[in-house]
Amino acid sequence: MKQWWWKFLAVALLLFASIAAFWVPLAPALVHISPDRITPGPVELVITGYNTHFITESALEVWLENGQGKWCASDVTPVDDTHLKISLDAPAGLKENLSTLALFSGRDGLLRMPEALWTEGTGNNGVAERSSCVPGNTRSGHLFVFPNRSILYESIRNLHFHVPMWFTMIVLMAISVFQSIRVLGSNSLMQDQAAELAAKVGLVFCFLGLVTGALWARATWGAFWTNDVKLNGAAVTGLIYLAYLVLRGSVQDAHKRARLAAIYNIFAFVLLVLFLFVVPRLNAVDSLHPGNGGNSGFSDLDLDSRLRVIFYPAVLGWILLGVWMYDLRVRAARLAETLDR
Amino acid sequence: MKPAEIAALLRLEIALDLRQRAAWAGMLLYVVSAVYVAYLAVKGDLGTATWNALFWIILLFAAFNALARTFQREDAGRQLYLYTLVDPRSVVLARALYNAVTMVVLSLLSLVVYTVLLGNAALEQANLGQFVLSVVLGGIGFAAVLTLISAIAARAGNGIGLMAILGFPLVLPLLLTVMRASKLSLDGVAWSVTSTYFGGLVLLDVITVTLAWILFPYLWRD
Repeated sequence: MKQWWWKFLAVALLLFASIAAFWVPLAPALVHISPDRITPGPVELVITGYNTHFITESALEVWLENGQGKWCASDVTPVDDTHLKISLDAPAGLKENLSTLALFSGRDGLLRMPEALWTEGTGNNGVAERSSCVPGNTRSGHLFVFPNRSILYESIRNLHFHVPMWFTMIVLMAISVFQSIRVLGSNSLMQDQAAELAAKVGLVFCFLGLVTGALWARATWGAFWTNDVKLNGAAVTGLIYLAYLVLRGSVQDAHKRARLAAIYNIFAFVLLVLFLFVVPRLNAVDSLHPGNGGNSGFSDLDLDSRLRVIFYPAVLGWILLGVWMYDLRVRAARLAETLDR
Repeated sequence: MKPAEIAALLRLEIALDLRQRAAWAGMLLYVVSAVYVAYLAVKGDLGTATWNALFWIILLFAAFNALARTFQREDAGRQLYLYTLVDPRSVVLARALYNAVTMVVLSLLSLVVYTVLLGNAALEQANLGQFVLSVVLGGIGFAAVLTLISAIAARAGNGIGLMAILGFPLVLPLLLTVMRASKLSLDGVAWSVTSTYFGGLVLLDVITVTLAWILFPYLWRD
C-alpha cells in the first residue's frame, strides 16, 4: 500500500485535470457586432456574445468608449443569452475613428470589444460633448473560467493535454538514457530491456503529442503540419527512437545488441538535447508556438493562474502515468521471462 | 591519448587508401554523377536558396556514401588485432581525423564540380571566405557524427542501409545550422551575424567527437 501512493496520486491528478480541462467554461466575451459602421445620430446595434448571460442577468450597462469619452446606450433589450439589441445616440465629432464597445453585467463582469465600431463622419475632431453617462463598474467576472483568446477560443483546453505529452516523453527518454548508461557499466540485459521499454513508452507519448498538436495546429494555424522548429524537433525525436528500435532489431546477439543500442541511445540523446534546446536559440528561428518568436506565452494571459491550477497537476499526472506504464511493461517483461524459464 | 599512436594510425589509413585507389575514385564519381543528375534535372536558373539546398543534399548523401566504409574495409580479425596493439580511443580519433580530411577534400571538390555545372550565379554577391569555411566546417561535422555511426552500423553487420537510418536524424542539427550559415554567407551577410553559426558548428563538432571518444571503447569489445 505504501509504495502505491503515487499511483493513486496519478489517477487523482489525471481525473481532476482532465475533467476540469473540459468542464471549466470559456470566459464570456463579445464576438460580433452588427452593423459595425455607424454615423452620428441614433443607431440600433445587435451584439453577439459568447458564453454570456444576457437574459439570466438582466442588469446590463452598455457604453461606447472613444478617446476619453464614454456614451451609454439609451435602450438595452436582451434577445437571448447571447444576443442583445441596443439603441445608441452616436455623438458627432468623435476623437478616433474606431470606438470600443463595453458591456457590464453583474454575472459576467466587464466585457470589452476593442475597436468594435467604425464611426464615419467624425466631424470636428475631438470636441464631441461628453455624455452624462459614467459607468462605474469595471470588475471582471467572478466565475472560474478559461481565458477567451482570439484564434485559440475553445481549443485552449488542449493545453492540458498536448503539452504534458512532451514533458512525459522527455522524462521517459531520460529514463531510457539513464538505463543505457548503466548498461555500459554492467552489461546487464535487464537494464537494456528497461532502456528499450522506456523508449517504447516514450514513443507512445511522442505519437500522442504529435496527434494532439496536429489537431490543435489545424484549428489555430490552419494546417496539420507547419515548418516550425518545435515540430521539426518532435519529428527528429520520433525518427531517432524509431532508428534505435531498428538497430535493436538488426542485431541477433543479446549482449552485443545491449551495448550497441546503449551507445546509440546515449549519442542520440545528447545530440537530441542540442537539437531541441540549443540549435533553435543559435539559429534564432521563429516559432509559432506561444512564448516564441514574439508570440505571447500563456503566462501573459489575464487569469493565467486559472490555467496553471489545472496545467501543473496535468503535467505531473501524465508524467506519473508514463512512469507507471513503463513500470508495468518492465514487470510484465520480467514475469514473461520467468515463465519461460 | 597518444599523439604518436594517432600519427601511426593516420599513416596506416593513408597507406590503406593508397592501396585502394578505386575507393576514392568511387567517391568522386558518386559526387560527379549526383551533380550531373541535378544539372540534367534542373535545366535553368536556380535561386540562391535552391542552389544552396541542392548542394547540401548532394553533399549529405556523398558523406554517407564515403564514410560508410570507415569501419567496414577490414575484417573482424584484423580489427581485433588492431585494438590489442593500440588504445581504441586512438583508433576512433585517428579515423575521425582522417574522415574529416576526406570530407573536406570531397566537399571542396564537390563545390568545384557543382559550381562548374550548375553555374556560379549564386556566388556573385557571396562572402566567399565564409562560404568555403561553412563548407569545410560542414564536412568536418559530417565526419564527426558519421564516424561513430559507421562503427555502430559495421558492428551491427548491416551496412549502409542501417547507417542511413541511424545517421540521418542525428545529422539534422548540424545540417540545419550549416545550411543556414552557408545561406547567410551566400547573401553576403557580415561576420558579426554569421560568427555565432560558425561558433555553433565548431561546438557541435567538438561535442560529437568527444562523445565518440568516450563511447567508442565500449563498442569494439565482444
